[in-house]
Amino acid sequence: MSQDESLERIREDTKEWQQVFQESISKTPERLKRFSTVSDRAIQNLYTPLDIEDLDFSNDIGFPGQYPFTRGVQPSMYRGRLWTMRMFAGLGSAKDTNKRFHLLVNEGQTGLSTAFDMPTLMGYDTDCPKSRGECGRCGVAIDTLKDIEMLFEGLPIDRITTSMTINPPAPVLWAMYIAMAEKRGISRGIIGGTIQNDMLKEFIAQKTFMCPPRPSMRLIADTIEFGTKEVPRWNPISISGYHIREAGSTAVQELAFTLADGIAYVEAAIERGLDVDSFAPRLSFFFNSHLDFFEEIAKFRAARRMWARIMKERFEAKDPRSMWLRFHTQTAGCSLTAQQPYNNVVRTALEALAAVLGGTQSLHTNSLDEVLAIPTEEAATIALRTQQIIAEESGVGNTIDPLGGSFYVERLTKDMEEEAFEYIRKIDEMGGMVAAIEKNYPQMEIADAAYKYQKQIDGSEKTVVGVNKYVTGEELPVEILQIEAELERKQIEWTNQVKNTRDNKKVKDALEKLGEAAQRDDNLMYPIVDAVKEYVTEQEICDVFRDVFGVYRDPSVY
Amino acid sequence: MDQKRKIRVLVAKPGLDGHDRGARIIARTYRDAGFEVVYSGLHQTPEEVVQAAIQEDVDMIGLSSLAGAHMYLFPRVVELLKEKGADDIVVCGGGIFPEEDIPKLKEAGIKEIFTPGTPLREVVKWVEDNVKPRS
Repeated sequence: MSQDESLERIREDTKEWQQVFQESISKTPERLKRFSTVSDRAIQNLYTPLDIEDLDFSNDIGFPGQYPFTRGVQPSMYRGRLWTMRMFAGLGSAKDTNKRFHLLVNEGQTGLSTAFDMPTLMGYDTDCPKSRGECGRCGVAIDTLKDIEMLFEGLPIDRITTSMTINPPAPVLWAMYIAMAEKRGISRGIIGGTIQNDMLKEFIAQKTFMCPPRPSMRLIADTIEFGTKEVPRWNPISISGYHIREAGSTAVQELAFTLADGIAYVEAAIERGLDVDSFAPRLSFFFNSHLDFFEEIAKFRAARRMWARIMKERFEAKDPRSMWLRFHTQTAGCSLTAQQPYNNVVRTALEALAAVLGGTQSLHTNSLDEVLAIPTEEAATIALRTQQIIAEESGVGNTIDPLGGSFYVERLTKDMEEEAFEYIRKIDEMGGMVAAIEKNYPQMEIADAAYKYQKQIDGSEKTVVGVNKYVTGEELPVEILQIEAELERKQIEWTNQVKNTRDNKKVKDALEKLGEAAQRDDNLMYPIVDAVKEYVTEQEICDVFRDVFGVYRDPSVY
Repeated sequence: MDQKRKIRVLVAKPGLDGHDRGARIIARTYRDAGFEVVYSGLHQTPEEVVQAAIQEDVDMIGLSSLAGAHMYLFPRVVELLKEKGADDIVVCGGGIFPEEDIPKLKEAGIKEIFTPGTPLREVVKWVEDNVKPRS
């Protein structure tokens, strides 16, 4: 039988089956009026070969480690090496977080990931009036290189990679990490890790701001250029959809806006004069894994295929590594509930499984108590164990891309790719992502989606167990981690002590040099590394940026 | 005859926390419920929040915090309102709060605290029941 004949037969059989289905539901009606994903995509009752007729195996699906990388970036995927288990951690002082890092490494974690407190994320020192009440609350407080030295004390940073979730002040924290490594005799050519450094998604979603979009792009181009030349094993950017999704976007918006941000960064680096294949292999990505199992798997697969096509066709990359979309995943914080918090273990497990079936390179699993506070040691350990059970008990890593070829998953993958490319076309027409952000376009698209979703939950169109269904009055008590009340005062005293013992003449010189370099077009990473080595504080450096480049203010749209 | 004035609300994000999904949904919800809404935008100091509330002549301030600094920021807003003689402005809060902080916040003058999962209609009803236009 030829392929055409075979499809014809399936077409007839499907028609017949649909009639059987209709008869069946005329007796027992369907549970829901409309079946849809978390992102409100309508889903058919059944998918068959007819739904993937437009797909070509070689061009659209292919083989792992081969263009367009739909099935994974490495040929061996998890048969070769498991994903990196990288738990995001940061609390209180550098010393407190160092203790948590050691615990996680001892429990089998294979990479470090640092959460900073709000003042650090925004480029303010602990003693700044704007920082009152925030020290160490949602991550670790860092003011100077001394804190970074304490944070990584005793950890094998020559063997283990470190991710730092930091954006506007990313160049400063990265410089501190480099300086810390060099003080320990480990050269910048050896250290590996990632700085998030993705300002576009900050304007769109996560909202830690410092300077306006255009000078922010200059700082990012500086880091990409510096990384390419000086720190070759470092990912100078982690192009992130995570926060876009957490802000309430749909899965397609997450996919589209993230890749559109990626396009803007590639353009900025090319404009800087870099050859695309010199830096593109070090661009990394970061996605959310939400609750809609198959939609998420399809999103990851679509992201890989889209990025490969963008890099090859739009930017004419030659090196296959430039076409790799390597990504970290975090399970969806926004899917967790304060009600019946132990249920969050189950949600996180499902989301983690979707990330693995989607071919992630590294994974953070949220703790059951993260909807209430920073995780306790016990809760963080359960979250890590969740990954270990998926990796070593479930058997899902035995074969590569096990859902490849699924009529449903392949259809979803293709649909999401097409819809996301449509968004990218719109953004291109606006003049690219920076211009789109200046028009508040992605911000408002996300706000619309978030509001719609909330109303669906409110109207019980979408179920959230323990919130709008299966609600119980009683709540099991969950132990909450407390941050020491005295921490802020102690941290201020400590930084004052550092300021009193450093060479303040050298500090002044370093800041002057940095200011001059910022006025010119020099790459700022070099003077930043010089400055942090003199124990210049994070805010002292960021104030130079704010003076020279201006301050971005939230447009307050809703 | 005087037409009844609409309830005026300031939705505010004090502190450095950037999580504005909730605040923006609440702002839209209040607007759709017929209130007049002012949204502060992000990264406001308690001083800026209070200044905006007085300038905009609001009846209520809804504070949002998800990054743990509420124990300083929320009571500080109430304190500043008192200092300015504007403590007839009702203050409520929403976001992520450890259970034991809630009674302390109420003691400090935050009239109600809304935690994750609260239905939007309840948030609106609370305002209708507890906030009257200040003449």
